Amino acid sequence: MAEFTLKVNGTKYKVEAAADTPLLWILRDHLGLTGSKYGCGIGQCGACTVHVNGESMRSCALPVSAVGKAQVITIEGLSKTGEHPVQQAWHEVDVPQCGYCQAGQIMSAAALLKKNPTPSDADINSAMSGNICRCGTYNRIREAIHVAAKKVKS
Amino acid sequence: MSTSSIQFDRRSFLKVTATTGGGMMLGLSWAASAAEISEAPFMEAMTFNAFVKISPEGVITIMSPNPECGQNIKTAMPMLVAEELDCDWSKVVVEQAGLDSTKYTRQVAGGSGSTPASWKPLRTAGATARQMLISAAAKRWNVSASECSTSNGVVLHTASGKKATYGELATDAAKMEVPKDVPLKAVKDFKIIGQSHKAVDNKKIFTGKQEFGLDFKREGMLIGVVARPPAFGMKIKSVNDSRTKSMPGIKQVIRFGNKVAVLGSSTWEVLKGRERLAIEWEVDTKLESSADHDAKMTELLGKSLEKPQRKDGDALAQFEGAHKVIESKFEAPFLPHAPMEPMNFFADVREDKAELIGPTQNPGSARNAAAQVLGIAPEKVSVMMTRMGGGFGRRLNADFAAEAAEVSKLAKAPVKLMWTREDDMTGGIYRPACHYLYRAALDAQGNVKAIHVRGAGLNVGNPLRENNFPAGAIEHFLAEGHNQQSNITTGPWRAPVHNFLAFAEQSFLDEIAEATGKDPVQLRLDWLAKAEKSPVGNVPYKIDRFRNTIELAAKKANWGKAPAGVFQGFSAYFSFNTYVAQVVEVTLEAGQPKIKRMVCAVDCGVVINPEHAINQIEGGLVDGLGHAMFSNMTFKDGVPDQTNYDSYRVIKMGDTPPVEVYFVENELDPTGLGEPALPPLSAAVGNAIFKATGIRLRKQPFSLNGLRNV
Ligand code: FES
Ligand code: FES
Repeated sequence: MAEFTLKVNGTKYKVEAAADTPLLWILRDHLGLTGSKYGCGIGQCGACTVHVNGESMRSCALPVSAVGKAQVITIEGLSKTGEHPVQQAWHEVDVPQCGYCQAGQIMSAAALLKKNPTPSDADINSAMSGNICRCGTYNRIREAIHVAAKKVKS
Repeated sequence: MSTSSIQFDRRSFLKVTATTGGGMMLGLSWAASAAEISEAPFMEAMTFNAFVKISPEGVITIMSPNPECGQNIKTAMPMLVAEELDCDWSKVVVEQAGLDSTKYTRQVAGGSGSTPASWKPLRTAGATARQMLISAAAKRWNVSASECSTSNGVVLHTASGKKATYGELATDAAKMEVPKDVPLKAVKDFKIIGQSHKAVDNKKIFTGKQEFGLDFKREGMLIGVVARPPAFGMKIKSVNDSRTKSMPGIKQVIRFGNKVAVLGSSTWEVLKGRERLAIEWEVDTKLESSADHDAKMTELLGKSLEKPQRKDGDALAQFEGAHKVIESKFEAPFLPHAPMEPMNFFADVREDKAELIGPTQNPGSARNAAAQVLGIAPEKVSVMMTRMGGGFGRRLNADFAAEAAEVSKLAKAPVKLMWTREDDMTGGIYRPACHYLYRAALDAQGNVKAIHVRGAGLNVGNPLRENNFPAGAIEHFLAEGHNQQSNITTGPWRAPVHNFLAFAEQSFLDEIAEATGKDPVQLRLDWLAKAEKSPVGNVPYKIDRFRNTIELAAKKANWGKAPAGVFQGFSAYFSFNTYVAQVVEVTLEAGQPKIKRMVCAVDCGVVINPEHAINQIEGGLVDGLGHAMFSNMTFKDGVPDQTNYDSYRVIKMGDTPPVEVYFVENELDPTGLGEPALPPLSAAVGNAIFKATGIRLRKQPFSLNGLRNV
């Protein structure tokens, strides 16, 4: 057990945990931030995606000891009340079925648009290839990313 | 549920929404209104019936009794109530009801049955409440109820110009006598049904606030994981848990049956604790491998059945004198459901009662299974459904809920049991593996004289739906289905049996068309005409609906008129009282087939929420495509070879072609959509790939056939 100081969604937290504890379980069990989801635990599904210093990362595969002073943003901190263009676009396109994967999808999409504000279908397919949606909402996700891109532009 | 925190949350949630006019949840401006939450005193909402509550401030709360697993029933069901209540949809707050058999019937997400079963009762609940509001207004104004009308949440008396909102009338109206036999609207008068409305939980989902089962937390609860046998057919020989028990975060280690539960205060600690268990397993029953399964099914396909599931005419005699016989074998593997949220459940078992909270498609069976394992009456078990991260049939089973109850009882503590992805994928209850042999006897003119299907599956029950088209159009039809016991456990998987039977059946119809030089669409239309004119035996499908659906798909996809280089495949299937026809288009890239477009026509009667209906159908096609292409579950000595999304391939965004959905328009009662779009898809894909490559795909997943892109 060791103590770690984390900066999540702009707030500083002190947590006591084993050094190999994945960030995902710190967020969910220790900080009560359950928006990041567990889907596979091995970096294969993207349900746990968060931003670490602006980069999209799989929090299930990131030990808390490796986070250091990095700024972590989770779905809860992506915007204050859901006004991020990606969140708005997701609503406009009415993307979800079960919704379980969508926090991770939104985080991946937001990171993509930051790097590439006008992604093509191929760009989207490749950037989102690590996010599984078992319900099969992929076409809607792709469309919503285009909608969000337009919002970002205007 | 009287002491649960959910109860508290619901109340405070109502309080919040009451002061923001409900717009926060449903209106388009949800992002802005969260800031408007104030602590204004909350006024008790008046209960009209099991579905409708109206507060004096005008907040209309509609209960959604069925489990939500992504079919968006939590939006559709309240729309039915709101339609007849004639209220402002943007003022509606939707609340998930818990299991309550005294108030609700069929609280199940399965069999594509939620919508058809609620079509009349939920509209009636809305209409009844509306009538009570009218009666209260009429009484207040001293006019006849028949002179009053409603519009968008207001009762009006046109002659006098009097009006009152539902909120203003709620307190009086809820005390009015409950009217009987209230008339319902005609389809043409619908204002809410038939219009697309956004999912009621969208905002919570997009901001990370939606609670799924795994997110549930109760003060003082333990988190648990369970070590289960690593192979089907194994049991525990011995357990040494000392290395686990010595870990600081581990609270309890409990052996029960052939399993060991590790309980503690955080997920990571219990996962590590489970790793440190030293369990010796021993063989209990025979350990089966996929090779054994294949051999068994092959053997059974060579055997006739004394009592066939269906027998019209004398098919076997026709085969003897046939001019030509075509014969094909089709194979589909076991599949896990692999919903994004793995199994989990919370249980708090006390002396003579138990509280269960979690993701279940069938809370009634969760309650009964828990009651049985606890040895208490089912009435002593409460079940609250959380939103589910997918179900696909896996959560119709109660094993995981009953297991949580058992562990909570043994631990004498509230417990949330979670399954890891590996637990979920290797823990059993799969789609059964099944093989089919299809044969057709042709005469010299190329007419099909007889069809013979024989199926053999592992723990499949009846592997046939023997009354499926083209039964009814074929004079000599024989259907025989074998079931083989196995210790690999199985259960319903989205469109049980249909999901692989349709592949075999609809691929074989394509083979018949090919062998007889007929167009696949025309072949089906001709046979439907035959079944209409001179039906053979039981014909459960409606000819005109089936025909309309097939014709719509063909028309929308420009069937038969694809540009050069585009190859089309067709498939049509009737299940769960819904008619589906599909065209899949394939091109060749460097000699390899690539799926370009999937077109789907559906007759499901009245479409309640078009955008969600389309979403559900899109999902069915994508699901069907992914499993046909990539997904495979195999076993070696009872051990599943696939354990997580690295070894078990599911469909990803780059594999997903555009989907087009079209509805046959009619005013018939709605049928379900959760399942019917999936079954025919894989055959449409296979048939298109055959057209493109000349390769007939008869074994799933198609990726086994050496095609690179698929
Ligand atoms: S849970 Fe992290 S990638 Fe799947
Ligand atoms: S919406 Fe269910 S997994 Fe994506």
